Amino acid sequence: MVKLKISILMFLLIGLTGFAAFAVGKSMMSIQIKKGELRLAPSFLGKIVARLYYGDRVYVLEEKGSWRKVGLSAGAAEGWIHASALTPKTIVLRAGAKDVETAASSDELALAGKGFNQQVESEFKAKNPNLDFAWIDKMETYVVSEEEMKQFLKKGRLSPEGGF
Amino acid sequence: MKTISRLPLLSCVGGSMMVIIGGCLILWMVVFGCKSMDAVTDIGTSLGVASGVITETQAESISKSAKAVAKTFEDFTPEQEYYIGRTVGAVILDKYKPYRNQKANAYINLIGQTLAKASDMPETFGGYHFLIQDSDEINALAAPGGLIFVTRGMLRCCRNEDAVAAVLAHEISHIQAKHGLQAIKKSRVTSAITTLGVEGVKTFGGEELAQLTDTFEDSISDITATLVNKGYSRSFEHAADKGAVTLLSRMGYDPYALIDMLKVMNTQLKPGGLDFAKTHPSPKSRIADIQTLWEKPADGTKSKARQDRFMVALGGI
Repeated sequence: MVKLKISILMFLLIGLTGFAAFAVGKSMMSIQIKKGELRLAPSFLGKIVARLYYGDRVYVLEEKGSWRKVGLSAGAAEGWIHASALTPKTIVLRAGAKDVETAASSDELALAGKGFNQQVESEFKAKNPNLDFAWIDKMETYVVSEEEMKQFLKKGRLSPEGGF
Repeated sequence: MKTISRLPLLSCVGGSMMVIIGGCLILWMVVFGCKSMDAVTDIGTSLGVASGVITETQAESISKSAKAVAKTFEDFTPEQEYYIGRTVGAVILDKYKPYRNQKANAYINLIGQTLAKASDMPETFGGYHFLIQDSDEINALAAPGGLIFVTRGMLRCCRNEDAVAAVLAHEISHIQAKHGLQAIKKSRVTSAITTLGVEGVKTFGGEELAQLTDTFEDSISDITATLVNKGYSRSFEHAADKGAVTLLSRMGYDPYALIDMLKVMNTQLKPGGLDFAKTHPSPKSRIADIQTLWEKPADGTKSKARQDRFMVALGGI
């Protein structure tokens, strides 16, 4: 009997925690950038522990300045990510008619691939063949690695305030 | 003994359960209470219909326009901002061609991307990327989302790495404050959102796509007309200068480098030019606007290593 009651108590406790998280709505966030990194420490120079992609859902476990320690919904990894990579909205990757309707009247949903998107860009390109997007694509390949950044800061005697 | 020891535990369990169930009930009420609040407008229009004051079509129209009015440039998702920025970038590249010098471009990406990481908005949908443009005109342009362009003429106004950082930090600030998106006329934003509301399947139908592409094209024109011809307001430029000073200080650069660069620019700008001479407040007025930000002039200490790498990458710009 005691075991049963303790089980009920545990069940309610777990349920309450989950429900509170849902009710407060702050502890779950979505990745709002194309791809992001989870790091071991709250710094852009921190070791990468996992990669995240647009629309991925995460639990916020801890806050430190502009950094958030988050866990993946699946519980697979934990790490730090800058708050600017996160949104409290749920990002619907494959939105159906109902999602479109909901998103129009709610601030809780964001629809991926809707509005100005790849399809609109392609249509625009077809109408404006004189514009060259090849260099825009090339620009996007200019990515400075952590190691290059570290060396750049060190050699130039630059030390960003409060880390990075 | 066993029975006695169990009693307090049982009463404890019972008490806790009451508290938990009570807590659940309160939370339940809070959640559903909020949802009821959201529905107030809809109830209002429903009442109007029921009392015969307005027709159902009118009610629908009121609800729709109320929602549309609430939409602003801030409602563009970072993903949409990214696509707007890519096309704005393509238009900017039509004005000035890329400067195909890998060493110089790699260097400004090192400075720019490192600066962006120290900013308040280090993450954007597609990230920050920088490109030099092959023109003697003095110009630097930022497309929404993180694409930043700077001409050779502008880099010639920079006598050191700190000054280059000042130029890039100014552009990063424009992006973070979403000044580009704010140049889009409100009617386009409403139109884009309305099309999105009509569209309810995974891919656009021909008509919706054509309409959305027209709105997209108009939005791009709004931004490029502001960037290239009209220029931002003086207050936006001041905000970007102020943001640049903050970012330079935070990174460990000399923020006075911005004034130094503006002084050089003042001697280089040609009256009536189609570059910064046309789109920006005069360097003198920009200096006047920002020099109050310092209590004392910079100490003037410069890193030799910084100056050496600046000369290697941009000495011959």
